[in-house]
Amino acid sequence: MNSDRIVGIDLGTTNSLVAFMQGETPVVIPGDDGSNLLPSVVALDQNNQAVIGSAARRHLIETPERAVYSIKRLMGRGVEDVQEEVKLFPFRLAEDLQRGEVLRIKLGDKTFTPPEISALILRQLKRNAERYFGEAVTKAVITVPAYFNDAQRQATKDAGRIAGLDVLRLVNEPTAASLAYGLDKKQNGIVAVYDLGGGTFDISILKLHDGIFEVIATNGDTHLGGDDIDNLLITIALDDIRGDLSLDLRRNAEAVQAIRKAMIEAKILLSSQPSIKLDIELPGGKPYQREITREQFEQLIQPIIDRTVGPCKQALKDANLRPEQIDEVVLVGGSTRIPKVRALVKDLFRREPHTDLNPDEVVALGAAVQANILGGGSEATQNMLLLDVTPLSLGIEVAGGVTDKIILRNSTIPASATQFYTTQVDGQANVAIHVLQGERELAQDCRSLARFDLKGIPPMAAGIPRVEVKFLIDANGILNVSAREQRSGKQAEIQVQPSYGLTDEQVEGMILDSFDNAEEDFRRRQVVEARNEAETILKALDKGKKSAAWNQLTNNEKKQIAKMEKALFAVKAEDDYAAIRKAIEALNHGTMRLAELMMDTAVSTALKGKNMDETDLGEGPTAPHPMAKAEFE
Amino acid sequence: MTKSILTTINTKSVPEETHSCWSCGAMRAAHFCESCGKVQPPVPVDYFTFFGLLPKLNVDVPTLEKDFYILSRRLHPDLNARAGSQEQEWSLEQSSLLNDAYRTLRDPIKRTQYLLKLEGVELEEQSKTATEHARATGEVKKQIVPPDLLEEVFELNMQLEELRMNKKMGEDEPELIEEIGKHKVTLEAKHEALLEELRTHWKEWDALVAGSANGSTVSPEERARITGKMVDVLNRRNYIRNLVRDVNAALES
Repeated sequence: MNSDRIVGIDLGTTNSLVAFMQGETPVVIPGDDGSNLLPSVVALDQNNQAVIGSAARRHLIETPERAVYSIKRLMGRGVEDVQEEVKLFPFRLAEDLQRGEVLRIKLGDKTFTPPEISALILRQLKRNAERYFGEAVTKAVITVPAYFNDAQRQATKDAGRIAGLDVLRLVNEPTAASLAYGLDKKQNGIVAVYDLGGGTFDISILKLHDGIFEVIATNGDTHLGGDDIDNLLITIALDDIRGDLSLDLRRNAEAVQAIRKAMIEAKILLSSQPSIKLDIELPGGKPYQREITREQFEQLIQPIIDRTVGPCKQALKDANLRPEQIDEVVLVGGSTRIPKVRALVKDLFRREPHTDLNPDEVVALGAAVQANILGGGSEATQNMLLLDVTPLSLGIEVAGGVTDKIILRNSTIPASATQFYTTQVDGQANVAIHVLQGERELAQDCRSLARFDLKGIPPMAAGIPRVEVKFLIDANGILNVSAREQRSGKQAEIQVQPSYGLTDEQVEGMILDSFDNAEEDFRRRQVVEARNEAETILKALDKGKKSAAWNQLTNNEKKQIAKMEKALFAVKAEDDYAAIRKAIEALNHGTMRLAELMMDTAVSTALKGKNMDETDLGEGPTAPHPMAKAEFE
Repeated sequence: MTKSILTTINTKSVPEETHSCWSCGAMRAAHFCESCGKVQPPVPVDYFTFFGLLPKLNVDVPTLEKDFYILSRRLHPDLNARAGSQEQEWSLEQSSLLNDAYRTLRDPIKRTQYLLKLEGVELEEQSKTATEHARATGEVKKQIVPPDLLEEVFELNMQLEELRMNKKMGEDEPELIEEIGKHKVTLEAKHEALLEELRTHWKEWDALVAGSANGSTVSPEERARITGKMVDVLNRRNYIRNLVRDVNAALES
């Protein structure tokens, strides 16, 4: 297998995609339904088997209590952060959740953490890629919103591991998009990327310089996107229905999902039409009808899209730039198809934004470019290098519950800071450190990332030990901490209690296709596929034996076929897919004349004019073979 | 390309330690090996030395940026993703050091503060102990009001207070805002003047560093005299910067 194969994945709120560099161009790998977009919906069917994507969408309407969408909103968050989301989304939280514990969502009577649900989506993308390449895929670059905090990033990385992927890099979505754009533009200047997706908003300002993509400032809102527009429209419809028809559907999950589906369709149509007519059949047969004009729609969503203005202004301020100094504006994310959003961006940056790349695909394409760079690069990506920043300041809690910022937001990553700690009591062996992320003055207003306990400080008088603690934000935007006692030179031990994350052990326990087993799993799937193929050819042979053509074969030919049939039968039970395949090939070859005779004798109109060889398109494991084709008679 | 990289870094007259590359054995490896390109283990050095610079305060920022890009292309983890785990670790450490150094040196104020820290000087106004003490006791931190600004600051604070009161009452007073705006212009001009003053001290410092590199002895008193002046300018500058921030906040709210 090609161990250097790295795919780029856009794990989106609404849709997810997988892409790779085909020669010098990034391309999206379609799913088995032929679609480039995999809806980020996960459901459990009646047999508790996970269903992902379009198939899961049906469950969303029929068995909403067994399906979940927009799980990205819950990544890296605790029960106390999601009270608002739970009101707006049909997330069914497990009842026994404790404060500070990783969330668990109910699907049917089972519960899953958000990283596990995301892992199911990732595994589907991984399988799509494996089917496409005909070999195992174990390495990936995954994109995250630029404004994701440490916990949200860590949760994404955990999801990758659970899905059996080695996540080589987390890349910020707007930065990835700029890579895809920069690939064919190759010019220097200042670029602003405005990324309004299903659930998140990012603004990034980059300086392009001879292939270096240097992010100068980034800002955003990890809970702002098309979902918010959908929820607003749903709320209005539910209020309407309650008022006009005296029908309270708020607790009727199926009806709410039917309305949601209609509203999303309406929202999309209103980007190209001046008005739309809603006609939704409600439980009990009554219709809900209403006309919405684009003007009304734009008035409704104004407060939502206006929330993107503050982050844009802050990013410009942090970059020390005026809007006129921006050379290009790039639009990313499905919600930027809304004309009103485009108008807002044009107004903000005083120039027409670029829309040449599909806003749904550009992030995945950029992830593929970054994957290519990590894999050693190619002619197309030569000289390309991404210098990204940390979106939020990193701080530690000091006396009085105040945040002392040690790495400021918009610092290029990797970035580090060193702090020195000492003891306050003679012989004190432990020191506690509280790490925070955010811009606020008080620790309680910042995001708690983790509490570290420095342990094993050698016994000394108070104030004598000098523990050097190094905080390092890596190229994924994830914090790493190391500590050393300088007087004794002893490596101090650090115990991490992530505030909202899975422990290593928990992740290990969740791994779907264990990393080391990815090859094994793939091999096993190949065995299963080869066996199925063997079954098909053996069945076809049985049929052939009953046909008139069989008697036209010589005894020797019949003997040979019998021998090969026996061989395939024997090897089919074993786990060696190569051997099975070899036996299939042999039998295929050995029955060639039989197939030809069958064709000649029973010239079916369906087969007429078809060349036998045409059927062997070399599609790998599932390619049909001549014998199976004869079944068409 | 390899040549130009080390010309920018090596032509500077810094007594540079030469090592042999851990991988290919060639001499003169710095952050990466000139010969085989491998990232070298990080050596704990100050930010100036990292860029091959003497600790001078006049820094040519465009050249610094160029060196930053050149070194990024060698040290960044993305370009060492296929190396062994030890090399990847060095790459992570080296590039974080590079980023920290570039961020500090390209900014005139951060650069000066960093040099003062290297010289063992702590700025009173910014010192963490002072800040923490003020926060813990609730005392107002000692502010150094530049004497020539006493009157101006007094008047401005009165007007800011008035503006806040009026805003609370929902009243609009364009005249007051105009007055405050005038103060802001004065303060900004003062801020500029202080930066200019700081640059004259840079010159003095750089001359001293150049002399020292040429073998002349510099007394600790002389060093302290110059750093003392810079501390004084920085403290006054911080005071004015905070004042401008307050004015902006009052006008924007």
